Amino acid sequence: MSNFILEISYLFGSISFILGLKMLSHPETARKGNLLAAAGMAIAILATIFFHKNEAGQPIGNLIWIFAAIGLGTVVGYMMAMKVKMTAMPQMVSLFNGMGGACAAIISIVEYTSHPSHEVGFLIIAFLGLMIGSVSFSGSMVAYGKLDGKINDWRSNALRMFNNVLLLGILALIAVGIWSPDMIGEPIIWILLVVSLIYGVLFVMPIGGADMPVVISLLNSFTGVAAALGGFLYSNAVMLTGGILVGSAGTILTVLMCQAMNRPLWSVIFGSFGGGDAAAGGEDGEQVVKTISVTDAAILCAYAKRVAIVPGYGLAVAQAQHTCHDFERMLGEKGVEVTYAIHPVAGRMPGHMNVLLAEADVPYPKLLEMEEVNPQMPSTDVVIVVGANDVVNPAAENDPSSPIYGMPIIQVDKARNVIVMKRSMGKGYAGIANSLFFKDKTRMLFGDAKDTLGKLVSELKQM
Amino acid sequence: MEELFNFFITNKEFIYVIILSIFLGVEVISNVPAILHTPLMSGANAIHGVVIIGAIIVMGHASPDNILAIGLGFVAVVLGTLNVVGGFVVTNRMLEMFKKKKK
Repeated sequence: MSNFILEISYLFGSISFILGLKMLSHPETARKGNLLAAAGMAIAILATIFFHKNEAGQPIGNLIWIFAAIGLGTVVGYMMAMKVKMTAMPQMVSLFNGMGGACAAIISIVEYTSHPSHEVGFLIIAFLGLMIGSVSFSGSMVAYGKLDGKINDWRSNALRMFNNVLLLGILALIAVGIWSPDMIGEPIIWILLVVSLIYGVLFVMPIGGADMPVVISLLNSFTGVAAALGGFLYSNAVMLTGGILVGSAGTILTVLMCQAMNRPLWSVIFGSFGGGDAAAGGEDGEQVVKTISVTDAAILCAYAKRVAIVPGYGLAVAQAQHTCHDFERMLGEKGVEVTYAIHPVAGRMPGHMNVLLAEADVPYPKLLEMEEVNPQMPSTDVVIVVGANDVVNPAAENDPSSPIYGMPIIQVDKARNVIVMKRSMGKGYAGIANSLFFKDKTRMLFGDAKDTLGKLVSELKQM
Repeated sequence: MEELFNFFITNKEFIYVIILSIFLGVEVISNVPAILHTPLMSGANAIHGVVIIGAIIVMGHASPDNILAIGLGFVAVVLGTLNVVGGFVVTNRMLEMFKKKKK
């Protein structure tokens, strides 16, 4: 009977994951979908605790410890999730993803050390689970550190080469462990753990910021696969379906993101993105940018008919979404038609800007996607680029030697005037020079985005 | 090699489940609007927290004198819970903001 309850709960859990993911992909049902998946998860977990029996028929023991661990995790996880700022969301997702990866890796270690079985199937699953889980853990931690500004990029083609060799080495190690288990013996699990952790770190290290969302999404699907391998280990249906579902959905999501940037996935992982820097950046030495004062910028906007704001990560780091909304409302009161032009990969994650602006109460209809906004560009009087760079770089359209050539961009250079708000003349996150800044119709407005927008708002108030 | 064949035969139901789940995952995700990419990734992130069930099983069947299994199992359950709880709460917070606008 208890086995029946367990399996029914798992079935319910699996269905809730499928429906939950389906509902998450439509704006109206997204929230319910999330809650449904959470409910399914809770039922599956509780059923495991109370009804799971191992092959010898023993129920789950060590209940006090289990509840203590779940209690601790719930409190800490809830606090972290509630406290995090919307701008720091990508880091948080990456962090939680790493936790799941670590969990999967630990399961493999414990299973390997406490069941010295040398069956091929078991070994394949345990080794792969450990490897994928560890890579996902250490990779996510580095991604977290990079997005949080704690770790800097370390780009070098030699490192990429080394990584590819290291990956082959790990796979060779797994092969040895499977086909001649006695050659290395039990320490293999620890060796594998260490090299996988190192690989995870080095794998994310050279990947540039523009590609970070792709990496997080990829690591997310890795953890899904690691969870599914755990499901295989225990013949556990809900772990298997949940893990594989996330693994394949995550992979598709990763591919969709790559398509938005018009770059094949393999070039994000194995290729070198920053490689073309020297060539692309060589010409900006002699060129001069023109700046604009806050007052002039305010006047330009106030007397425009149509203004488009292009937000980027600079807006997020400066926490300027609320000020930006104030600015847009002020202009609206003056009869200016203001819209936001959102590039699919603006920010650090696809959809990141939408989340941020939604937090600042910007109405939905004002958020236009790239395809809608580009045809309007020639009739737009002023485009204000707030802390975005690569997504408005004309090099993506007209410079075949540029690393981002072919990526669809918001064609701000077709608008009548362009104001670029930036902290400094630094290159964008992808490390590519931007010819937009040197165009005749472009004016630069240097400073912190929130500061500058605040000043613009007070200028507008006086007019 | 033979072992591998046996492994395949004994686990063929699971292999079917895996293949079908892969297609299902692809189907479920395609046509998602770009605005929902971040919440969707976050939601999927919470779902793979299902790995916690494995951690519970490890811990629940470890004999009390196996300190390695108990200790690692405890850490695994904590991490898995973080993944599940944090993941769902963060996703809910993101989606909450979308909902507010529609009124």
